[in-house]
Amino acid sequence: MDFTLKVWRQKDRNDKGRFGHYKAKDISPDASFLEMLDVVNTGLVMKGEEPIAFDHDCREGICGSCGVMVNGRAHGPGRGVATCELRMRSFDDGEEIVVEPWRATPFPVIKDLVVDRSAFDRIITAGGFISARTGSAPDANAIPVPKVIADEAFDAAACIGCGACVAACKNGSAMLFVAAKVSQLALLPQGHAERTLRVERMVAQMDAEGFGACSNTEACEAECPKEISVSHIARLNREYLRARVL
Amino acid sequence: MSVNGKRTVDEFHKALGKVMWDYVGMARNRTGLQKALELIPKLREEFWSDVKIVGAANDLNNELEKAGRVADFFELGELLARDALHREESCGGHFREEYHTEEGEAKRDDERFSYVAAWEFTGDGNTPNLHKEPLSFEYVKPSQRSYK
Repeated sequence: MDFTLKVWRQKDRNDKGRFGHYKAKDISPDASFLEMLDVVNTGLVMKGEEPIAFDHDCREGICGSCGVMVNGRAHGPGRGVATCELRMRSFDDGEEIVVEPWRATPFPVIKDLVVDRSAFDRIITAGGFISARTGSAPDANAIPVPKVIADEAFDAAACIGCGACVAACKNGSAMLFVAAKVSQLALLPQGHAERTLRVERMVAQMDAEGFGACSNTEACEAECPKEISVSHIARLNREYLRARVL
Repeated sequence: MSVNGKRTVDEFHKALGKVMWDYVGMARNRTGLQKALELIPKLREEFWSDVKIVGAANDLNNELEKAGRVADFFELGELLARDALHREESCGGHFREEYHTEEGEAKRDDERFSYVAAWEFTGDGNTPNLHKEPLSFEYVKPSQRSYK
């Protein structure tokens, strides 16, 4: 397959940035989107041009490194896939594909498609943990957790912190990310002890980083590679309210 | 970066990977490992004289980062081959085709190889020094693993 790429190029944080145009030729329909970029980059290196910088690590949809906007959509077309899981057969032969970094003030561009997502790390540091020593894994039935609750917590825990929710949101809100983390811990007994401080601190940090507010458009859920439900945002709101009034 | 050669970092990475896959894989033998020990240093020299890294040294540069890793892989790959050649027994993930039981299971040689090999770096291109950290078992005795 052949494609024409329109890719955001930006030398560093201070550069204004511009689109660069590239040809991707003889791409296997089974290639992942990142493998297609690898092929384009090899061509650029051979010509002595700078390759397109993009983040990637596991390339199997679990590390959360590789998110880019593809044709205006976070992680491109299709539901429940990260950019690394996106296959080129999802596009038409000869199609023009627009590739951009996440666009959100709290995620400044470092270079080309690479953005600084350390704002997420700071939110986690503010409260996304339990401080009790848990020791080694306990017997499975030592702390009874009903199956439905465990499943719900697990669904929230599937969040890979990629930032697609922020990039997809017109407000640049990080509510789905924070909700997934708060929800996962609030649902389980181990997370209960610190639930009040946790939600207050994480929300305060989220605001301090400059993420926008949630206006319930649910674009985040539609674009989340782990299909995390906005119902976790409802739980985040309830946790927050509970922390403020109790 | 000053090498300014003709071959990309990926090309060297793949060439090294092919040598490791062919000769230093899960099943390895003396001839193959000796072959790898000829090929890897040769490829490493080519890397340092013909690698092409574009971009700047002070920017975020994925190519440069990758080159640093591949440079390490050459050293590690060579050491893996050297250690595998030295260890004339089969043990765990190290299966030397010359050393197996009649049933094809890994055959250890505890008399000669019941130790952890710590190889000391002695400079680029020099043969590393072997330090043997003996394994002694007081209560459990090593035996033959069987999946039957």
